[in-house]
Amino acid sequence: MGSKYTADNAGGVYDVAIIGAGVCGANIARRLSQYELKVILLDKEADVSFGTSKANSGIVHGGFHHASKYLKARLEVQGALMFDRLHRELGFPFRRCGIVVAALHEDEMRVVDQLYRQGVENGVIGIEMCSRERMLELEPKLNPDTVGGLYAPAGGIVEPYRFVFSLVESAQRNGVEVRVSFKADSARREGDLWRIRAEDGSQLSARYVVNAAGLFADEVSRAFGAEEYTIRARKGEYYLLDRMTRARPDRVVFPVPTSVSKGMLVVPTVEGTVLIGPTAEMTDDKTDTATTREHLEMILGNARAMIPAVSENDVITSFAGQRPVLDEDFYIEPSKKVPAFIHVAGIQSPGLTASPAIGEYVKDLLKGEGLRLLEKPGYDPILPDRPRMFDIDHYRADALVSEDPSYGNIVCRCEKVSEAEIVAAIRAGHTTLDGIKYFTRAQMGRCQGGFCTYKILKILMRETGMGWDRITKRGGGSELLSGRL
Amino acid sequence: MRELTYDAAVIGGGAAGMAAALEIRAAGLSCVVLEREEHLGGILLQCVHNGFGLIEFDEELSGPEFAERMEERFRASGAEAYLGVTVMDVEDQGERKILFGYSAEHGILRVSVRAVVLAMGCRERNRGNIRIPGARPAGVYTAGLAQRLVNMEGYLPGKDVVIIGSGDIGLIMARRMSWAGARVHGVVEILPYPSGLTRNIVQCLHDFGIPLYLSHLTTGIFGENRVESVEIAPIEDGAVRFEKAFRIPCDTVLLSVGLVPENELSKKMGVELNPMTNGPWTDSMMMTNVPGVFAAGNVLHVHDLVDYVAEEARRAGAACARWIRGGRPGRELRVKAGPNVRYAAPCRVSPESPNKLYLRTLIAKNDAVLEVRLDNRVIQSRKKPHVQPSEMISVTLEPKDLAGAGPDSAVEIAIL
Repeated sequence: MGSKYTADNAGGVYDVAIIGAGVCGANIARRLSQYELKVILLDKEADVSFGTSKANSGIVHGGFHHASKYLKARLEVQGALMFDRLHRELGFPFRRCGIVVAALHEDEMRVVDQLYRQGVENGVIGIEMCSRERMLELEPKLNPDTVGGLYAPAGGIVEPYRFVFSLVESAQRNGVEVRVSFKADSARREGDLWRIRAEDGSQLSARYVVNAAGLFADEVSRAFGAEEYTIRARKGEYYLLDRMTRARPDRVVFPVPTSVSKGMLVVPTVEGTVLIGPTAEMTDDKTDTATTREHLEMILGNARAMIPAVSENDVITSFAGQRPVLDEDFYIEPSKKVPAFIHVAGIQSPGLTASPAIGEYVKDLLKGEGLRLLEKPGYDPILPDRPRMFDIDHYRADALVSEDPSYGNIVCRCEKVSEAEIVAAIRAGHTTLDGIKYFTRAQMGRCQGGFCTYKILKILMRETGMGWDRITKRGGGSELLSGRL
Repeated sequence: MRELTYDAAVIGGGAAGMAAALEIRAAGLSCVVLEREEHLGGILLQCVHNGFGLIEFDEELSGPEFAERMEERFRASGAEAYLGVTVMDVEDQGERKILFGYSAEHGILRVSVRAVVLAMGCRERNRGNIRIPGARPAGVYTAGLAQRLVNMEGYLPGKDVVIIGSGDIGLIMARRMSWAGARVHGVVEILPYPSGLTRNIVQCLHDFGIPLYLSHLTTGIFGENRVESVEIAPIEDGAVRFEKAFRIPCDTVLLSVGLVPENELSKKMGVELNPMTNGPWTDSMMMTNVPGVFAAGNVLHVHDLVDYVAEEARRAGAACARWIRGGRPGRELRVKAGPNVRYAAPCRVSPESPNKLYLRTLIAKNDAVLEVRLDNRVIQSRKKPHVQPSEMISVTLEPKDLAGAGPDSAVEIAIL
């Protein structure tokens, strides 16, 4: 596919192969890129972040939802603290807007009280019990019937795929190889090495394997002869509202959670739109990301209960993501059955928040398993700034355009994305329409690609040399065009 | 940053923008059109079918021919056009408006003018706007995007097609896709009557034997990587009969579910919109609530025919020129959308000069009557053999119709 992603089938030997380029795999890869190691990050999809990591709420959680006995609670709190530094180094969209949990009935305040105590016990800083007045002051768009709630000022929002992209790019700049469209199908031991074979027959070897395969971690575990377990999928459906909506809150608004789920949220995304959802429904098909009418109605109803200004007229799109469910807690440990194999499985919420800490944790597990970690002298944590027309004023824009005229060609009018930014996405390895969308936001706005899709098609063909028949939405089988006239 | 100064700027170089610019030039003022595409003509360029120009040019033309004729007049007028320029921002400095246009060729243009005509057109509603549930495979296009791909880029977006919504672009594309060798398995419309023009139902569906499913709701789009089917369910006596839902196998879905005036730039400038049209409120001079900012064409309200767009935009251009020369609306009467009328544009009329209004009805009806009242007095009553929401209606009000209007008088238009 893209030039940045390796397509070498000769079968190199790596110190570590990470299977799954979602938010966990990406964090682990970047963490390992600080050492003198040969690391490869593998994914079965056509681009990184195309699984669970692309369709979730994008929340940096407040550390109060889970009891301290769980590994996930510890990693959540630790991971949340790591975001500021990552943001400074990598520049992905991130903002600590704060989280409020709104109670709409007096009896919900008991749960709020429990969340508060849990947060305090987890060591969360600044967490606050709130009266009705305080809640409405913090979030004036809240339903005036709110009786009280909780405020976690350090909670935040992130664009999950952009987070992954920047981690992967940083890892690549520090020597990690990335291979997409590599579906690890079978593996066997050859001396000290794992010999890994992909569905298409290509092979490679690695001394250590990290299984961060998300929804498919069970299949990968089986392929390596490691522990038997079953990952089940829980589907979450979402609605995205136009940035012009009057329903945009200042903070992430949570309902009071139930025993099964954190409930449906109203999220002011970093990019100015509003996300409402998710549902939480167990499904048998891990690839099923269809939305349903009943659930979408339910989301609107739930969101309106908290923020009455939510209107179906502001909806620009809906989507669904699947979360990998294993046990109550994360399952991050070395295999007891096979050597040099680390499970990173069952990473459901708060996986995104915990993921930087997971990177750290897995690095330590690998060290414990005998991987030698020698610091790399030239390690560079900083990603160069990538200008976006959306963010800059006319004078800065003028300077950019005089350097590179393609910054002046606005391809996506809704999200103000220039040709230069599309080209940058393609050169970073994002060679599907969805990859370009998640990287640049082109096609993500109110027209949903109605005006810009054909322009992006042409740029993609020009930049990659691919023919029209190889242009896909998100990899093989999702071809866009079916003929030439 | 390149600085330009004109009397007026027109944002958008489609039919509306060119027509408005022509009139501004005809009044002897300088005028620039800022167009984001590389050609003038806007969406006309991809409308290669006939049916344009019967009013404006007195002959039947294709979209590109209409655009070409319009451009000839535009060039002859001496108006200027900058192509490949996207206007990102308009600053209202009172006497002057400053437009910032982004372009690869010219860099950032800073255009200083006394008045602006908004002529940005409209965009298509998409799947999210009408909340069709289901999977998100490749193969779902808006009809206009498919039209662009087929007519201008030379690609076939799919071979087995279902069209959701019976808007004109969808109907035209049913025929176009059939000509291109695709099979169109049906057009699905939620309403009991088509949303497009009758002539398009006949020429694009009936002549090709394409089924039209009226009163059917699209309940899902299915397919893992590429569209595999669309599920639709009939609506009977106002209720969706989900148990009667059935799937139509296909690899492509085209959406023709309405158009929305594209007013994000207008809103940023403080222009107030009429929720019935999603276009600006305008006075008898086609001016928005922001002094010196005018609007015409599909950015004001969605038209059915480009000839109406051109006619309306000429009026806006002429009014803009009058305004720059010091003309002001004077006394105005409010126009109210009465029974069974969705909206009328503009929403003010002048009792001193002739006024032309366009309106849309909310109902489909035979033997209807269009009634215009001044306060409670009927001043015009016209028989309409047939009205339907998809067919725009025009009304002209002369000063004599409005004679005797008091300071608080209002005009109400009704379809009975």
